[in-house]
Amino acid sequence: MSEPFEPKIIAFVCTYCTYAGADLAGTSRLKYAPNVRIIRLPCTGRISPMFILKALQKGADGVLISGCHPGDCHFTHGNYHARRRWMVFRALLDFIGIPPERVKYSWISAAEGVKFAEFINTVTEDIRKLGPFEQYSQLIEQTQASASL
Amino acid sequence: MAKIGVFICHCGENIGAKVDCTKLAAAMGEHPGVAVSVEYKYFCSDPGQESVKRAIRENNLTGVVVAACSPRMHEATFRKACAEAGLNPYLCEIANIREQCSWVHTDNGQATEKAMDITRSMVEKVKRNNKLQPIEVPVTRRALVIGGGIAGIQAALDIANAGQEVVLVEREPSLGGHMAQLSETFPTLDCSQCIMTPRMVEAAQHPKIRLLTYSEIESVDGYIGNFSVRVRMKSRYVDIDKCTGCGDCITKCPAKKISSEFDCGLGKRTAIYTPFAQSVPNIPVIDKANCIYFKNGKCKICSKTCQCSAIDFDMPDTFVDLEIGAIVVATGFQVQNNTMYGEYGYGTYPDVINGLQFERLASASGPTAGKIQRPSDGAEPQTVVFIQCAGSRDPSKGVRYCSKICCMYTAKHAMLYAHKVHGGKTHIFYMDIRAAGKGYDEFSRRAIEEDEAAYLRGRVSKVWQENGKLMVRGVDTLLGRPVEIAADMVVLATAIIAQPDAKDFAKTIGIGYDEYGFYNEAHLKLRPVESSTAGVFLAGACQSPKDIPDSVAQASATASKVLALFSKDMLEREPVVATNNEATCAGCWGCVLACPYNAIEQKDILDRSGRIIKRVASVNPGLCQGCGTCVTFCRSNSLDLAGFTEKQIFAEVMGL
Repeated sequence: MSEPFEPKIIAFVCTYCTYAGADLAGTSRLKYAPNVRIIRLPCTGRISPMFILKALQKGADGVLISGCHPGDCHFTHGNYHARRRWMVFRALLDFIGIPPERVKYSWISAAEGVKFAEFINTVTEDIRKLGPFEQYSQLIEQTQASASL
Repeated sequence: MAKIGVFICHCGENIGAKVDCTKLAAAMGEHPGVAVSVEYKYFCSDPGQESVKRAIRENNLTGVVVAACSPRMHEATFRKACAEAGLNPYLCEIANIREQCSWVHTDNGQATEKAMDITRSMVEKVKRNNKLQPIEVPVTRRALVIGGGIAGIQAALDIANAGQEVVLVEREPSLGGHMAQLSETFPTLDCSQCIMTPRMVEAAQHPKIRLLTYSEIESVDGYIGNFSVRVRMKSRYVDIDKCTGCGDCITKCPAKKISSEFDCGLGKRTAIYTPFAQSVPNIPVIDKANCIYFKNGKCKICSKTCQCSAIDFDMPDTFVDLEIGAIVVATGFQVQNNTMYGEYGYGTYPDVINGLQFERLASASGPTAGKIQRPSDGAEPQTVVFIQCAGSRDPSKGVRYCSKICCMYTAKHAMLYAHKVHGGKTHIFYMDIRAAGKGYDEFSRRAIEEDEAAYLRGRVSKVWQENGKLMVRGVDTLLGRPVEIAADMVVLATAIIAQPDAKDFAKTIGIGYDEYGFYNEAHLKLRPVESSTAGVFLAGACQSPKDIPDSVAQASATASKVLALFSKDMLEREPVVATNNEATCAGCWGCVLACPYNAIEQKDILDRSGRIIKRVASVNPGLCQGCGTCVTFCRSNSLDLAGFTEKQIFAEVMGL
């Protein structure tokens, strides 16, 4: 192997906690892996499972979701909805053959810049170990191949 | 065709040293739909903003992406600049390439690559941004304060003194709440009535305050700035306009043996009564359940006595409908019923009382006129045992939380007792002495050092009666030995709990509550006086156990929130709210379940002849806070969130 695999990871975060936590990591000048791209949403309750599928379909090797700690949601209980949704969705991911470990879920508050940086590093390492996510593209190729028959 | 302007800020060296801004600008210039892509040292500076405005005007831009610091920093700045250049401010987005890129990465190549992804993703989003208008909601400048204790009175007075109208609703016959029951207050030992009653009078006489006592909230509809509230004025059977408060009826009433709620069962009252002598308003009410006329159909002595013909046995409940802009909830607390501690004998032995009852005993206006006498025989107790945390911090029988005020009031009780009964002995069983507050620790030390309160660290296991004494068996954990004390009176420092109907009432006004029934604030640290419902604020012990200074401070804080709300004719809100496509909505009401704010209403779709074709969801923009939980819930993709639409987010993902 000449170069280590650099995974592409997409993060869906809420603006009140984790996005602010990521900003704090920045203002504290913490250093972390550059593999994650953040998409800002008002609340984890806004995160549709379709976003996660779309990210994986678009070529992300991993997806992470993070919001306010349970009980701390700016919108009182959007994160509870997100958590419940995630419990069901994780089972579904497993069922359809997408390894659930490619999707990470976490609570990071606006005060947890260090936790954010550590989380990004851990997730990047974990996804790196899992290698590139190719099931989706293979699946697309197969479907297209069978359609052309 | 989109004409997007991309403005890449170096932020001095903050971005420029890590991200190759020239390369980024060139790459973005190539991106489809980008009309202008430029870099500059400081776009947030005056000349920087001017150049953005100029570029918007010269190129008729349809959207702007500023690749710079976090949107939490300068989104507002650049949106304002866009608006000044004639571009709808919501067509401007920020690509965060400082806090989340240049500051956190070491490799220039990787940082530049990431900055490109972030900026490209934002360009794709902004292409799909819609022009949005801030939501304007009219404000009714009239506040409703629910609860006439010290918190409610303080909030009402602060709002009224700023010139705004207030309706103050109290469900008891008089203002005052629990503070009016107290004898003296810690840590200054000034008399509670002396500082409370003038405030009650001030509130009642204030030209801007409309006082509705003996009244309860029937229903609350509407949203911030525009609540419709219905208040039930319970029938007093005494005409408040005719009654002069002379009190003749009270003296003559033959039903005299009714246990007084205000004196916590230690005193008696009549069937027509005012809770206490300093009641505001000083107008009696008839207690229908105990009135001889209402029970037997004969008596009416009060009516015959009254020279003003103020008594009306046929008086019905009446309703008042109010238009309200903001609500302050100050409904207070109750003390827990200690009968669950069978081993302490509360309810069995009359000389085992709770802290609030001790307040009444020590109060100059109480049933014993301030003399400490035990309830069973009126004798002066020579030894008093106080048991702290009787209910608080006890998950097995009581509540898990600390009631916050009991350490202080027990120290106060020991002092009051020492001042009134010379030579008397006090023993206080405690778990910890929590005396955090201005002058509080000094106060509890004074109880120990000057007034010889004997603190014993440990719990009491049993109280029983023996030879006319109350035997208290406990443990002194510091000395590691059991203790038995022969006491004349036992005082339990009872837990503060939420009002028994707190949860039902929360549902009436649409606010959240915790497992105990205390009302939830919007954010424990940053929004401690706002409820999760916009326009509803919380003051006093309805939110959590509180002492008087904290309740007053919180009440004044709610007043400042209310006044800020009333400072404008129209409320302007970010237009990040959910919208519904009524054509595709199937009316499954999943969104109603998801919404934390009850912002989703049912709307009837009618045909031309007025028949209902279907019912659909309709988002009330005044209530919606824009979390988007309903959007994700929506099975038919009918709901969408302005500013964070499905299209925008998918475009962002595709742009990465």
